[in-house]
This record gives sequence, C-alpha cells and structure tokens, in this order.
Amino acid sequence: MDKITNAESLQKDIEHCSKAFDEKIKGLGGKRAVMVCGGTGCLANDSDAILKEFEKQIKERGLEGKVSINHVGCFGFCSQGPFVKIFPEDTLYHKVKVSDVKQIIEDDLIGGKICENLLYVDPVTKEKVVRQDDINFYKKQMRISLHGCSLINPDLLEESLGYDGFKALKKVLTTMTPQQVIDEVLQSGIRGRGGAGFPTGKKWQFAANQKSDIKYVVCNGDEGDPGAFMDRSILEGNPFEVIEGMMIAGYAFGAHEGYFYVRAEYPVAVQRLLRAIDDMTKVGLLGDNILGTGFNFRVHLREGAGAFVCGEETALLNSIEGKRGMPRPRPPFPAIKGLWGKPTCVNNVETLAQIPYIIRVGAAEYAKVGTQGSKGTKVFALGGKINNVGLVEVPMGTTLRTLIFDIGGGIPNGKKFKAIQTGGPSGGCLTEEDLDTPIDYDTLIARGSMMGSGGAIVMDEDNCMVDVAHFYMDFITSESCGKCSPCRIGTKRLYEMLTQITNGQGTEQTLKDMKELASVIKLGSLCALGQTAANPILSTMTKFPDEYHAHVVDKKCPAHVCKKLMQFYIDPSLCKKCSKCARNCPVSCISGVPGKEPYVIDQSKCIKCGTCMAGCPFHAISKR
Amino acid sequence: MVIRAEVRKDVIAICAMHKDEPSPLMIILSQIQKKYGYIPLEIQEVVSQETGIPVAEIFGVVTFYNFFSLTPKGKYVIGVCLGTACYVKASQPIIEKFQTILGIKAGETTADGLFTIEAIRCMGACALAPAVSINGKVYPQMTVDKVAPLIEEYRHMEVKA
Repeated sequence: MDKITNAESLQKDIEHCSKAFDEKIKGLGGKRAVMVCGGTGCLANDSDAILKEFEKQIKERGLEGKVSINHVGCFGFCSQGPFVKIFPEDTLYHKVKVSDVKQIIEDDLIGGKICENLLYVDPVTKEKVVRQDDINFYKKQMRISLHGCSLINPDLLEESLGYDGFKALKKVLTTMTPQQVIDEVLQSGIRGRGGAGFPTGKKWQFAANQKSDIKYVVCNGDEGDPGAFMDRSILEGNPFEVIEGMMIAGYAFGAHEGYFYVRAEYPVAVQRLLRAIDDMTKVGLLGDNILGTGFNFRVHLREGAGAFVCGEETALLNSIEGKRGMPRPRPPFPAIKGLWGKPTCVNNVETLAQIPYIIRVGAAEYAKVGTQGSKGTKVFALGGKINNVGLVEVPMGTTLRTLIFDIGGGIPNGKKFKAIQTGGPSGGCLTEEDLDTPIDYDTLIARGSMMGSGGAIVMDEDNCMVDVAHFYMDFITSESCGKCSPCRIGTKRLYEMLTQITNGQGTEQTLKDMKELASVIKLGSLCALGQTAANPILSTMTKFPDEYHAHVVDKKCPAHVCKKLMQFYIDPSLCKKCSKCARNCPVSCISGVPGKEPYVIDQSKCIKCGTCMAGCPFHAISKR
Repeated sequence: MVIRAEVRKDVIAICAMHKDEPSPLMIILSQIQKKYGYIPLEIQEVVSQETGIPVAEIFGVVTFYNFFSLTPKGKYVIGVCLGTACYVKASQPIIEKFQTILGIKAGETTADGLFTIEAIRCMGACALAPAVSINGKVYPQMTVDKVAPLIEEYRHMEVKA
C-alpha cells in the first residue's frame, strides 16, 4: 500500500478497498470467499489447520482464481466453533473439522450444494439454519463494538479500510475541532465499558482542560474479570477499530501518545495489535503529520504480567511505569495527573471500539439505542451453564430473559436457572425475579450487582451459591495487591469465614460477622477492587439466605457441592451388587458381597471423589 | 548460582534493546521470563546494573506479578483455568486430578523438570470450559478422565524426543 499523506489519498484508498471488499462479499466477478474463524476459541479447536487445509486443497485443485480463503476474527458463538462461512451465499458451517474441508470444497464450492450436515441445528425447532442472521443467537444482537469481527481479516489494513475503517478519523481530523469531538461524545451519552460506567466525554473534557504539552491515551485491555472475553475478541477481530478510537480520543483532548495495556494471557490479541500498529505506521496513518493535518500520534503496547488489580486504572498506570501494579490514591485523578505525572485518559477497549461508530453516525443516532441513562450497546460474555456460550452484543436495556433464554438458548440438560452473575468479582448475582429487568448500568446496581466488564456467568441448580462466593473470595485474596489493610487482611478473614461455613463449622454469628466486616472493607479500601470485594458475598447472602441458613444451621449443602456437607449414598434397592464401585474406590471404603449383599459406603473413610458415582452402571449412587 | 557468560551478554542486550523506552522494566522482565522461563536474583542484578534500577525494586516487581517466576518452570506448563466459567463447570476436580497424578501442587514443578501446574484465572476461552492449556495450546472441554491420557501424551513425546 502507498503512503497515505492526506485526506484525499485516504478517501481514494477507502473507496478502492470498499469496492474490493464489497466485491468479495457479494461475489462479484463470480469469485467466492471462504471465511475461517481465527478467534482464540476456534483456534483451540484447530481452525488454523482448517484454514491451511483449505489453502492447500484450493491450490491443488487450481481454484485460486475462483475462491479466496480468508482468516477472520471471532464469530462470538464460540461454543459452536470452529466456523466456516461462505460468501456471497452467506452460508454458515459450524463445528467444522479438518476432515470436512474436502466436502465443503467438493459439494459447496464446486458442486454448489449446501453441506446440510454442517449446518447449525436450532435446538428448539430442530430445523437447520443456513444463514448466520437467521440463527436465534444472532437475531437480537446489534454489532457496534464487534463491527467487522468475523468479517474482515484482522491482519490486513486494506480490509479495515474496506469496512468503514478510518472514515471517522478522517471526519474528525478534517472537519471537526477537538472540542466538537468531545461534545459529540458527550452528547452520545456513552459511558465507560470497563465497569464503573463513567461518562467518556466527561473524562475527555477533564483531560482537555489540563494545560500540558504531553498527555496520554491509555487503552485498558487488562481484561481480568474471569469469564469476560469481549476485549480479547475485539482486539483479535478488529484491532484497527480500537486504534482508530484511541486516535480520536488523542485528537479530542490533545494527546500524541497512546498506550495499549493488554494481558499477557492474550498472545493472539497482542500479535495482531502489534501488526496493525506496524502497518499503520508504514503507510503514515500513525506518526507525524497524519493526513497532512499536523496531528501527530504514536501507539505503544505494553503487556501485563498476570495481575488482576492492574485492571484498576491507577494500578495499570503504575504497571506501565514499570512498578508494582498497586493503585494510587485518587484524587488526583489520572485525567489530571496520570501516566508519568501527565494528564491521561484510561479507556476500555470496548469504549474505544464504539467511538468510530459514534463519529460516523453522529451522537443523536447513537443515542437512539439504549436506555435513558445508558446509551448504545454492550457486549456480554455469556458463560457457564448456558447452551449458547459466546459473545453477544445487545442494546442497553435488553432484559436478562432475552439474553439468557432467547439468545443464550436457556440452560443445558433441562436444569433449572438459578442465578446469573454479572460484574465478576466486584459484582453480584441476579435471580429469577430479575429476569424481566431491562439491564443497564443503573438497574444492575439497583438490583445489587453491577455491569462490570460484561462477564455474565449463568448458574443452575447444581451450583452452590456459598461455594460461588467462596470462589470469588479465593480469587480476591490472591489478587489483592496488599497495599491497604482492609482489603489485604479483611478479604482474607472473609475467606476464612466462608471456608468455615462450607466446612460446616459456621454459625449464625459467622454470618453477622461477615456482614460487618464486609462494610468495613467497603468503606476502608483504597481502590475499587477492595471496595467491591465483598459484593459477591453480600449479594448471595441477600438473594440466597436459605442456602446460607442450610449451611450454618442444618449443616447441609442443598446443591451437594460443599464436600464436607454432602455424602455419596448407594440406594440398596437400585444396587445390582456388581462390586464395580468397590473395585474403583481409591480408598477402599465401599463394602458388600458381589451378587449377594448391596454395597455400602463407609462415610468415615470416604474422600468424596465421586469415582463410584461416575462409574455406577445402574445409577444407584447419588449425592445427598 | 553463576550465570553463564552468554546469558549475561544476552540479558545485557535485552536491556540495551529497550533503553530508549520510558520505564522499560516490565518489557525487559517479560522478555527474560519468556526466553528463560524464570528470573533469578542473579539475573535481576544484571538488569539492575544495566538500567540503574535498584535490585530491591526489581525484586518487588518480579514477585508482584504472577507471570514472573523466581524458580525455573517445567518444560511443559500446564495451566488449568479456574476462571468463573470454568469453575462452575467443575474445573476444580480437574486441577486436583493433575495434582494427584503428578504428585505436585499448583505452582510447583515435578522433580524431573517436565511439568509445572498453574492455576490460571481465566484465559478468555470461556466457551471451551473447562479449559486447560499446555504451553499455550488450549485443550477444550476437559474432563477428569482426559487428564491421565493427556499427561501420557506429553510423556510419550518426551520419550520419542
């Protein structure tokens, strides 16, 4: 690609690339396009080998002139991957294996016949679905942050330019003043997608008001909330969109340097970002005098090193500065005194990904989507006990029922929905009674949870809520940075109390003590990690008081998860006296006489490993 | 421990490579960790000499982040995801199985230097829950029964090599 030196040459490139992209998708000239998912989920299921196999066979058969093979970013419907999509027909094949490539080429690409056996089957209607947009999982979605993901090749700048990329940047640099950009973002009503939901325009305005030659934009890609993976997918699927958002932010408040901070756990995202930055620098979209407008901007990337607390903005800044990732007291806020003491805006990946869209369509159009207080769309990572695990982007104000049952396809194995956990270790649980609440920043807080980064883990009747709280506390104690004592010591004590409860040693006094300590930690902690650390406990205590009661008073775990509070039991009327359980038992605690006496578990010796239950051919063993 | 001359030279080269970056410590440490698998005190001393950052500060950084290690990791690092999505789909019994078979706890390395078990907090592969990664390769939908064959597969690879 030639250097892009001014708005006209960018416009020419955009037109040229859009035409090429359009031709590819619409199959003009009779050429068909195969898209293979290259997201982390599909890569783990060998999608890379699928891509290579396609390339190999297409070459062998001399079809290069008729078929193009493309690798694209995440489709979002990760539980059904790897995906292969054929354009212009828009046929979507799911759970594709390397061995299926031959069939797709012979039947579909050559024979023009759809491979019925590779189509997605609707679990309810049992009907085969050919097109992606006809799948229930996609029907109610609206893709703004995920724009271009699963359509463009994330390694090619040309593809980004062909699919709306850098139109917003051009508009901003050539027709808008920095203040106009801030006003546009303010009017759009967009709030930070990282968790707290602070209005992005306001943040930019604070930084813009600071007089300083050096300012920084920092993109927070330290997606530590376990169960959330939207930032990863956006960076993997369309890194250009995020860089464009970052540049617009820089222009708006006067920053000429941008830093990406991405988790070390996301090697694919890091690699694609670095490539995007490199390619943009080569053509002059990054560097000095961008588009000949005098705007200079450089982008750097720093990798995290496995510390959850670095998702907190001031801890993140310390980490970029090569220090321990401990939070700083606020104020001063980063917008006043941030990276290396200079005014800095820390924006989440998803926030920056929405900026180009806002500029392209205008604030008024953007603000039509969403609720009164929360505009636009939000990406949720649906996970846990749900049929359609994956990334979904829906307008703010969508109900949990739509999210879990219409899009998510409900709970697997006919189990009952129990709770959905949002906001990760800082959030809380929502239950049956919250299903029809339109979800946005404010309603979630009112219901005792929070938006957080958008992780949404569904739990069914087999999950113990005390155990879930225990899990989060374990997480928090190991991720607390140790700087302030309410968080460092307090969360540890909370964890111990929960351990007592799950071991059957808790009392009603333990519950009272936990509540009191939780409020101390909330008030006394330095950063959001500590301030919200007790939320998973408080929320489960409020929503599931009976379950806590059962643990401390009846010494029972109703979901049969807490090992000390449950037993394996052989039903003598179902036992066929085959002795298999006794032979499998690693501690030899099951006795009986083969063919004569039903088997019995010696509870005093049982280590509750569950081997007997898993192996029983007659389903005679259960938990109680 | 005495560090070999070529390692010292390499570490010095890594430091020099990033000398123009503002606050390059994290980048330098990441690179050393990725290349050598750990960052012992002796290496930290070299980094200190090259960057002028006190060893105490470097040690503070190395011990803060999970990704950095003071001791060598095994040839194969087994990461068992204990993120929420994996946890609610029973990843705890899977890590326990790895621990039983290899006879080590999470964070430890087998005596033969082959395996390290690590508890990972979400690798973002939630659709594949419960997920396990070995040296970055992700194994989706793990079960307790798949643990022993997986370890065998790697041991077998070792024998062949």
